[in-house]
Amino acid sequence: MPATVIPAEQRLLQGNVACAEGALAAGCSFFAGYPITPATEIAEHLARELPPRDGVFIQMEDEIASVAAIIGASWTGAKVMTATSGPGLSLMQENLGYAVGTETPCVIVDVQRGGPSTGIPAVPSQSDMVQVARGSHGDYETVAFAPSSAQEMFDLTVRAFDTAERLRTPVFLLADAAVGHMREIVTMPAQACAGVNRRVASVADNGAARFLDEQVAPMPLFGRGLKAHVTGSCHDEAGMRNVVDAEALDHYVRRLSGKIRRVRDDLVEVASGDTEDAEIILVGWGLVGRAAQAIATRARQQGQRVGWVRPITVWPFADVELVSLCREAKRVLVLENNMGQMLPYVQAAVGRYSEVDGLSPRILGALHRPTDVLEAMAA
Amino acid sequence: MTTTTATHPMAKYLRPGSEVTTFCPGCGDGVIAHSVLRAIDADGADMDDFVFVCGIGCAGWIPSPYFNADTLHTTHGRTLAFATGVKLAKPQTQVVVISGDGDLTAIGGNHLIHAARRDLDLTVICVNNRIYGMTGGQVAPTTPEGVKTATTPYGAEGRPFDLCRLVEAAGASYVARWTTAQPRFITRSVQRGMAHKGFAFIEVMTQCPVQFGKLSGEGSAVHMHEIMADRSVTLRQAEALDPADLPDKWVVGELVGATNVGKD
Amino acid sequence: MEPYRREIRIAGFGGQGVVLAGIVLARAGMLDGRQVVQNQSYGAEARGGGARAEVILADGPILYTDVLHPDVMLVMSQLACNKYGQDLATDGQLIIETELVSDVPIALQDRASGAPFTQMAQDTFERAIVANMVALGYCVGRTEVVTRESLIRAVEELVPAGTAELNLAAVAAGWELAPVPGLVHGSMSGPLPPLAGSASVVELDAS
Repeated sequence: MPATVIPAEQRLLQGNVACAEGALAAGCSFFAGYPITPATEIAEHLARELPPRDGVFIQMEDEIASVAAIIGASWTGAKVMTATSGPGLSLMQENLGYAVGTETPCVIVDVQRGGPSTGIPAVPSQSDMVQVARGSHGDYETVAFAPSSAQEMFDLTVRAFDTAERLRTPVFLLADAAVGHMREIVTMPAQACAGVNRRVASVADNGAARFLDEQVAPMPLFGRGLKAHVTGSCHDEAGMRNVVDAEALDHYVRRLSGKIRRVRDDLVEVASGDTEDAEIILVGWGLVGRAAQAIATRARQQGQRVGWVRPITVWPFADVELVSLCREAKRVLVLENNMGQMLPYVQAAVGRYSEVDGLSPRILGALHRPTDVLEAMAA
Repeated sequence: MTTTTATHPMAKYLRPGSEVTTFCPGCGDGVIAHSVLRAIDADGADMDDFVFVCGIGCAGWIPSPYFNADTLHTTHGRTLAFATGVKLAKPQTQVVVISGDGDLTAIGGNHLIHAARRDLDLTVICVNNRIYGMTGGQVAPTTPEGVKTATTPYGAEGRPFDLCRLVEAAGASYVARWTTAQPRFITRSVQRGMAHKGFAFIEVMTQCPVQFGKLSGEGSAVHMHEIMADRSVTLRQAEALDPADLPDKWVVGELVGATNVGKD
Repeated sequence: MEPYRREIRIAGFGGQGVVLAGIVLARAGMLDGRQVVQNQSYGAEARGGGARAEVILADGPILYTDVLHPDVMLVMSQLACNKYGQDLATDGQLIIETELVSDVPIALQDRASGAPFTQMAQDTFERAIVANMVALGYCVGRTEVVTRESLIRAVEELVPAGTAELNLAAVAAGWELAPVPGLVHGSMSGPLPPLAGSASVVELDAS
């Protein structure tokens, strides 16, 4: 049967709603969440839209339960998502490690807000870049995309689902609160998303690996007679626990990380412009990366040799790409709406070629003012 | 050993290669595993229709790895939240939760009351040994007042949870309590819990001679069994008792919803 | 030549429909064929404190998404005027709810105009809640940041079901009230209070 053709449509959508629509387009059929500013609109939209499509929406008792519920649902074969902000993400961390260890596809949207602690719920902040990668205990690799527009809230949500399904791993959408709340024109796809579906194990291939395959093992979903043994404890390719041998843990960690590392080049996407002859390159991610492009473009119009780089994939980190784009520049200025979370990673990658420093906005939470950035570039 | 288990009537439900358990000598978990499998056997149920969900702690090991079925061994305390996701996403699945009192009622206490409030169609077997066994005998929310544990060297403070009353108040529509001294009744309640459309909570008081028995002075598994049998009173017997004697007794039986079973 | 870009800020307090006015304006801009970005303040502010909506309209991609110096600023409270007035672009237009904003900084007075939108909404429609639409109609009538046709269509699409007629009438009333674009003190059917000379204006200016 041919895919249903939907006419291309332009809609004025809030970023959070665009994310929810992206989830539906990607085939999300299960959402569990807990209300939190500035992510709540995602849950509200899916609470309306999932039940008529035979999907499940449930508001759980907290964020720990929310991510637990989506992991449980994912093991029945559903495409699953939750959405939260920094405080909720902190609560989710143990179970996110469980999703990594059990190789459970799921999408986690983090619409970031200003902390630490309760902070100010609606003030935009890029405060969770490191948390999504290093917030759970143990060694592991993370995949995270950072949208800079309502359109990317849609597109990268679809991509997050496809990536989660392909790699059997949690994938993050790391959004600025301002992008979540901003309304912009979103072009909906002309056709239903083809969508990536996880490979599923069958009784016929009994004996084949169910876990710890760097090529991604087919998932032994529940209810198919596969006697799946799913545990967050160290386990082998069959899923059977080994909590005795250090070698088993070594194998467990290396295989899980290797699974992501081997496709690193496919995952990393970077937007950039005017870098070829640039003396100064502005680097930023999310909405700040978009502003960096605006400021670089203005500086260019004023005759300065300025370029810009916006990592769309935040994890795995775009170190190789940054080196190739920035190594000829005298200076790299990292703009972030935080006190410098991506900065050390850029320094580690590019520092041996160029002078790398960072600039926070004058008031954390707001975009950098163009005049402030132009001033910093002149310094 | 292998010869013995291979001929055991419940052996067909065990995951091949996992016949030798890691439970301590005298532990009640084997009796509970047996009682649950007997219920499945008596119903003629297919193990492939089940998902067993369990948490961290000794009781979590009852289904994982020993039951030859889909099993989800979760993070500590979040057992019911994982089970909620499985059940809602695939309602035709028979979701059975087997976990300990520490997992379900301490770290997981919030999920317990909310799962009961939703009256979600889960069968929960709460294995209550009144202590943290796996980590070496620390106080639990179910430890009786005064018992000296590894973390209450001067005696446990506060009253232990009455778990059956807790989940009843939260909305559970089938609630039963038994001890490992009444395995046939455990089997019957598990059958009835699985037939029941709603949140079925079965508390099983069990002996942990290695930790609780030693620390409380209740002693060996055999002695603990005698104590459990002696303490157990039915609802009717409890009504006839002097209220002052009740704290020393465990009311066993189907405490809530005995007449609900089989109805939607 | 600089590509077309107009920044509009609407500010007041929670309950005045400031955010809805912003969304309607953004949708109208979209119907005009422009690129749009609409931002809003949110959270506790939306529950009784200050409220703010911003719209950027442009003929090309909008890369910088914050409004720094609005070309058009509609203020529906004195607090909003005090807080944001200074941000107005050099050649920007300030539109005020004249009953709620009594003190306009001297530097802005020759760029200010307005009417008692809330009172008008109450008097004409017995519904103070449509003050936002009266103000929006006035704002668009005066500045022509979006076309009238698109504004009407956006209102029809976005106001709660069953209230389109009322809201469109409110927009039309505001539109009729607006002076001819480009004339700061054109003929007005509504009262415009004196903008200069009060002591508080001097104090505000001095501070």
